[in-house]
Amino acid sequence: MKWPEPANRMNKSWLASVKKSPAVWPLAGLLLLGLINLIFSRNFFTVTELDGHYVGTLMDIFKNASIVLILGVGMTLVIATGGIDLSVGSVMAIVGATAAVMMKNGVNSLPSVIAVSIGLGALCGLVNGLLVSWARIQPIVATLILMVAGRGISQLISGGDQVLITNEHFNYLGNGFLGGIPLAPILATVLYLAVWIWLRRSATGLFIEAAGDNETASRFAGLATGRVKCLAYVVCGICAAMAGLLEVSYIRDADPLSTGQYKELDAIFAVVIGGTALSGGRFNLLGTYLGAILLQTLTVTMLYVGVSSAVAPMPKAVLIIAVCLMQSETTRRWLGRKFRRAAT
Amino acid sequence: MAAAENPAPPLLAMRSIGKKFPGVTALSGVDFSVRAGEIHSLLGENGAGKSTLIKVLTGVYTPDGGEVRLAGTPIAPASPRDAERLGISTVYQEVNLISSLSVAENIGLGRQPGKFGFLNWPALRRHARAALARLEIDLDVDTELGALPLAIQQMVAIARALDMQAKLLVLDEPTASLDEKEVAELFKIMRQLRTQGLGIVFVTHFLDQVYAITDRLTVLRNGERVGEYPTASLGRLELVSKMLGREVRDEEGHFVQGGKTTANSLTDESAAPVLEARQIGRRGAVHPLDLTLRKGEVTGLAGLLGSGRTETARLLFGIDRADSGEILVRGKPVKFSSPRAAIALGLAFCSEDRKVEGILPNLSVRENIIIALQAKQGAWRTLRRAEQDKLCAHYIQALRIKTSSAETPIKNLSGGNQQKALLARWLATQPELIIVDEPTRGIDIGAKAEIEQLIAKLRADGVAVLFISSEIEEVIRNSTRIAILRERHKVAELSGEEIDLHRLLHEMAGAGKPHE
Amino acid sequence: MARAQVQEGCDMNSFIRQRLPLLVTAGIFLLLFGAASLRYAYFCSVGNVFNLFSSNAPLGVMAVGMTLVIFAGGIDLSVGAVAGFTNIFVTALMETHGWHPVPAMLAALALGAVLGAAMGAIIHVFKQPAFLVTLAGMFFARGAAYWISTASIKTTHPFFQQLTDLTAKVAGATVHPLPAGILVVVLAMGIMLAQYTRFGRNLLAIGGSEPSALLMGLPVGATKITAYALCGGLAALAGLINTFNTGSGNSIYGIGMELDAIAVVVIGGTLLTGGRGHMFGTFCGILIIGTIQAAIAFDGSLSSSWTRIITGLLLLVFILLQRLLLRATLKKT
Repeated sequence: MKWPEPANRMNKSWLASVKKSPAVWPLAGLLLLGLINLIFSRNFFTVTELDGHYVGTLMDIFKNASIVLILGVGMTLVIATGGIDLSVGSVMAIVGATAAVMMKNGVNSLPSVIAVSIGLGALCGLVNGLLVSWARIQPIVATLILMVAGRGISQLISGGDQVLITNEHFNYLGNGFLGGIPLAPILATVLYLAVWIWLRRSATGLFIEAAGDNETASRFAGLATGRVKCLAYVVCGICAAMAGLLEVSYIRDADPLSTGQYKELDAIFAVVIGGTALSGGRFNLLGTYLGAILLQTLTVTMLYVGVSSAVAPMPKAVLIIAVCLMQSETTRRWLGRKFRRAAT
Repeated sequence: MAAAENPAPPLLAMRSIGKKFPGVTALSGVDFSVRAGEIHSLLGENGAGKSTLIKVLTGVYTPDGGEVRLAGTPIAPASPRDAERLGISTVYQEVNLISSLSVAENIGLGRQPGKFGFLNWPALRRHARAALARLEIDLDVDTELGALPLAIQQMVAIARALDMQAKLLVLDEPTASLDEKEVAELFKIMRQLRTQGLGIVFVTHFLDQVYAITDRLTVLRNGERVGEYPTASLGRLELVSKMLGREVRDEEGHFVQGGKTTANSLTDESAAPVLEARQIGRRGAVHPLDLTLRKGEVTGLAGLLGSGRTETARLLFGIDRADSGEILVRGKPVKFSSPRAAIALGLAFCSEDRKVEGILPNLSVRENIIIALQAKQGAWRTLRRAEQDKLCAHYIQALRIKTSSAETPIKNLSGGNQQKALLARWLATQPELIIVDEPTRGIDIGAKAEIEQLIAKLRADGVAVLFISSEIEEVIRNSTRIAILRERHKVAELSGEEIDLHRLLHEMAGAGKPHE
Repeated sequence: MARAQVQEGCDMNSFIRQRLPLLVTAGIFLLLFGAASLRYAYFCSVGNVFNLFSSNAPLGVMAVGMTLVIFAGGIDLSVGAVAGFTNIFVTALMETHGWHPVPAMLAALALGAVLGAAMGAIIHVFKQPAFLVTLAGMFFARGAAYWISTASIKTTHPFFQQLTDLTAKVAGATVHPLPAGILVVVLAMGIMLAQYTRFGRNLLAIGGSEPSALLMGLPVGATKITAYALCGGLAALAGLINTFNTGSGNSIYGIGMELDAIAVVVIGGTLLTGGRGHMFGTFCGILIIGTIQAAIAFDGSLSSSWTRIITGLLLLVFILLQRLLLRATLKKT
């Protein structure tokens, strides 16, 4: 039985709360990578101005991380409810293909393209959400269906081939600059702020955490846990749609096979590294944000030390397994025993 | 006394077994013995130490002290598997077999006949049929286990257990989800095994069953042995009083009067009923019963463990669906499909299982308190943070919840403070009816008294309260009216002056029944 | 007696319920194959049927391994990447490092099994979710494949060429017997393993209820780890078969194949959450997927994307069907 500490240790609590925050780990990882880069690569932190745009490795990291950043928002919520969404990569492909085909067929109004895309993403999320909450199918299994079928649907929409996107207004989304800074990470950051405000200012964030922390108790407390879960999947679908738009806009081309490939994994990894437990409950959007940046920085760092980007999945895999093993009960118990033995 | 008749050592002899957990002494100096060819019942209410003793016996826990002898040889089973090898087999209430495999495989798993890892299916089937035949069960061994009724599954589990040359069979609440016919089938088999010379430990909550089949019984209370008795020599009333630790007769043999409080005189038949249940019941949970919960009354629900108290509460709150009867809230018939619907009508339910059905462990005390109110209001009508803080500060002070701050995760609080926070959660919804299931279990005396005061205050404020507790004196102290359940039936309702410890025990024990 | 009646009632129901997914699978295959045979000339020919086996051999072999893992309630998302890794690893050993094909192939199979066993050990000992660990395994194997070479390597070793060019004439059609032969042998061994060994039954028991399996004294950890090792080894074999088929090594081989393998297993009537299934169903599953692909290829006017959509729909149907069956069982007891 643990008795609470007395409340008068206020001066210590700031440091304690920083230590306790799950965002500390990705932050520490980022600092470490920054240090490595400081030593091994001279111009990692150099940001230069070119044609009124700031360019440099740091900018590239933010720009390239923005897709995983956006996916991470939805994935954080789904994982917080104790679920998982494997279908986001396929949803990105569906949405990317749809947007590209719309523009190819002369629908060039940006708002309508975006509205249709987001609607489509929400629909995909709803399908996942209903399978999980209504049909009570395990999240991994339920979202696997769309993961498999989604690629086919996207091929069907695009006619099987890549679809070039020539609408430069649209391509501005992924390639443009705002005040000299790449637009995509700004959009991603704004999304984080907006979702954070929505979740923390309304009770929605609490409901998601409650449903993930103890579903039975939440239901007994009068929470419509099914609806809460469904909502998380819908938000995840919408985020996937946004990420899909951004990716095809960035490449100026929608490819039903490669759009969003492996992005579900990056998103899940970002969430896990960010300190949101796969078992659900408390989520940490800031952690996910840092986690996504960390993954991208790792890729870039590898590149600097001479590992090609194709091989980058390897160190990523090692990192994620290391993080999982560190968080596992078995390791903690084992370490605990070691420490106790050392103490006696 | 029994030892004199039977000089041979008992099949199982556990001597002065002790087991401590952090903060709790689960067993202290408990003796327990079972003879070959007898059915021995282990009885006790919550926290008596039954399950700990069984777990020591089956190798789940290692005892801190004492010794276990099987047929005279000292043993120390290190795991359930180890215990099985020694000859102690256990069949649990929830059948621990694989429901997706066939009966034959379930009996044979892990020791299938065959060579080089390859199976001999015909031999496996023959083997399974033989194992079942020992129990005189005729069954297609290729049937999937999960497709069989629970009673048959239990018998398959027994067949598997016996297949391992068991000397002692532990049946841990095997009848909890069986109907009467199925229980009769099980008893037939148990009697047969008794004649074969097996020792059987039978854990159950149903006194009728204890009197129907057991030879001797051991009563535990608060981790200590109260005594060991031949079943035929102990009346129901005495048995229940020993289980509850309440003497029914004083030294001169007069019935004890006791436990009366002012609460008992506060019944008011004219008060408006908040909830009326008419013939509400559910198969396998509780038989149809009537219950009227009125404004400003505390209705106690008394009964032994397993008598259907919590099951009744779950029906009223819409957690389980009733398959008979109807519920009226403020005179209007309602159909609850979820707790959510019940809460919307002003009901609240503080569950007995704090950990699984109560707290949101990693969320803060504040979030745990406001969650029900917020859920009732919906996500769109968010409580502002200032309101939340005010609400929490109010309840933390009013219920004297000891926590460093409202932001501490609730899992760091002591049991009593968690309980108070959960009560605060429900009070914040301003319910018209609150069901409190074992609100004082596992918490310290000070917190108990505070929770009782709170219930009195709720009554005074005109809230209807349904109070469920295993502690009979607590029920008497707090209730204005008491409904008594026995073996899933409502057997009596007492109010005002009728409330009396002796009568309550009498009804709970079913003392009017034969065997007395 | 009353009990006997209850049992008879159960027997009939449970007989059908246990086998319903398998019957549906077999029925779907016959329906699809019959319809395609009626519609397309030569569909029901020896050459085409043989082709059905040889072109789906990698997927089939992979699916056998996946079935074992899914039996035990796990999942392995790394198989596609392991196949890709093997594909490039073997060719690189032979072409770049001058190994003889036989030790090269054995080394590749061993590596696949070791990776599988390592993932199984992490899943079991550290109690990590299988999908996450094997996702990391997928990243690892794919990264390793790219590390060896991102360009495809052509095999030139004469012994290997012989294996690749092995053909036979069956009923007037020229066929490649090696991939089809491996598939048939692996399937037969898989059925044997699942149905007639303690290991296979233990897998199903663990998938049915791991705590119960532990209480029953089954070797849970060893069985699970072995299943992952076998799955990794078979995934490596799938990569090898592809090298036979194409005569070259390619590090992008097998992308997304893990999903097809899972789909084959589920369409074969195995419960994706474990504990219930038949290896024979996996055989039917591979035939169904193969038939759909072949029919779409025969048609020519249908886009190949329909394969994935139909696969997804079949997945949905089977998962919902099994969910319903499970609910029916639960309601009964």
